[in-house]
Amino acid sequence: MPEIPQKPAIEVSHLVKTYAGVIAVNDISFSVPRGEIIGFLGPNGAGKSTTMRILTGYLPATSGHVSICGFPVALDPDAVKRRVGYMPENNPLPEEMRVSEYLYFRGRLKEVPRRKLGSRIDEVLELCDLKRVRHRIIGKLSKGYRQRVGIAESVLAEPPVIIMDEPTIGLDPHQILIVRDLIASLRGRMTVLISSHILPEIEMTCDRVLIINQGRIVAQGTPAELRHEVLGQSAYEIEAAGPLGSLPFILGSIDPGLSVASEGPADEHGFRTIKLKTLNDEDAGEAILRACLSEGLRVRALSRAQPTLEDVFLAATRRSWDAVAEDPKAAGGP
Amino acid sequence: MLLVSPSTYIAGVAFLWLMGFMFTDILEQYSKAAQAESPASIFFSVYFLPVIFMVPLLTMKCLAEERRLGTIETLLTTPVTTTEVVLGKYGAAYLLYLTFWGSTSGLFYILKRFAGDARLLDPGPILGGYLFIAVSGLFFVAIGVFASSLSRNQAVAGILCSTILIAIIFGGKYLGSAAWLDREALAPIKAAVDYAQISQHFQDFTRGVVDTRELLFYVSGTVLALIFSILSVEAKLLHS
Repeated sequence: MPEIPQKPAIEVSHLVKTYAGVIAVNDISFSVPRGEIIGFLGPNGAGKSTTMRILTGYLPATSGHVSICGFPVALDPDAVKRRVGYMPENNPLPEEMRVSEYLYFRGRLKEVPRRKLGSRIDEVLELCDLKRVRHRIIGKLSKGYRQRVGIAESVLAEPPVIIMDEPTIGLDPHQILIVRDLIASLRGRMTVLISSHILPEIEMTCDRVLIINQGRIVAQGTPAELRHEVLGQSAYEIEAAGPLGSLPFILGSIDPGLSVASEGPADEHGFRTIKLKTLNDEDAGEAILRACLSEGLRVRALSRAQPTLEDVFLAATRRSWDAVAEDPKAAGGP
Repeated sequence: MLLVSPSTYIAGVAFLWLMGFMFTDILEQYSKAAQAESPASIFFSVYFLPVIFMVPLLTMKCLAEERRLGTIETLLTTPVTTTEVVLGKYGAAYLLYLTFWGSTSGLFYILKRFAGDARLLDPGPILGGYLFIAVSGLFFVAIGVFASSLSRNQAVAGILCSTILIAIIFGGKYLGSAAWLDREALAPIKAAVDYAQISQHFQDFTRGVVDTRELLFYVSGTVLALIFSILSVEAKLLHS
């Protein structure tokens, strides 16, 4: 029996937001299916927080259409707010309440039934490892605990969509690991939209990544797709010694696109570090090794340099939106 | 939020200390010579003093702090509307205001227990006084909430609230006795100012005259102040 397709968890189309002459969000469109974890990357001031605030119904948009689980945010904000758990930037918390009091207060605000609330609070405290500090005043907690209180509060009512603005900021590596596992455990059950500057985190946790710059989406896709699309090439690094003059020949015989990008100085044993590049995505490591050895080169090390998301991010945000807008025009022009 | 913050309890202690002190002072005057009015009338006639310092202390934090900390964002992304938030804050501040004033009835109870003289405890002014406090409190606390919605800074909200309260309570008295308002052309304004005289309302209530026009003044003032508070919170979101 064919499954009835569910409405996507988040659907944004042609969203624009201007503040007093400044265009914060300039015609962005994207869609997030249910159960996905999506990362929002962008330099500061790119429009990430503004977009998140519009998604939760806190700020009104200037134009465009946003819907969460099929409910339009502008027409039915109440339904949207019941389905969203939100953790704003800087995680604002009332300084004078205790952790359990605060979670109880938030649970009642989100209309979690009283009977279920007690046990749900216990579950969430366990999930976020806050049992030890449940009776402590929030103002007296350290940063890591406060972030976890914020995350606990956003998952408290088990909303289908969770939006978190920089959840791991200021945390130490242990705490980042805990939060990362927590977010990964939500995959499938809830749709999560995270924004962050900590690129390795996004790479490890997210299914897809959206890169925003100056209010426009400059790249979107899975981390692998992005690496390929934005950087467009694979790189290898080989440490070899011997007759290097024949290297271009060797490389050409494996793959016409394979070429030497740079050559380092020889060390005391005569080995140089040579960087190769190719547009071909397939793994040519074995072929390179075999070819080099058969030609008599002495090879000490061979590795495939994986561009990190940071390289992708820097490349994507260096490109202005002009470059992105041109491609569809070139493709669909007369 | 009000019950967990220290400033509420400081306001309460300061208020009760002040009122207790005033009450003692009134009784001392009585012990020296017989007075024309009952202790209750004199006690309530200085209502403006605690109102001017206590209402700001109770209300200055309510919306200003939420905006400064940013918790208004987490508050407004729940199924709660801005109207419900403002009314909730108002209701809490008002109930606390009534509780503090209600606890001064303990002073009258002490007087009843330890003084044999029944003439000292005239129920009229006492009930009238408390009724006036309850009704005028609706308006004053609403002004406090409005002042809090105008600023991110608690101190600014508190001082603004004090200023508005002083303007209403004393400004009215001043305008009422101003000579330049006696002119024919300004008669409607004079009528409006005479209607808004809070000290006149106080006199009427403690004498047992509960005028519905005066009740209307307070109720409509409250509603207006709360509407402005709600609009102010929403406007600051739209134009951030």
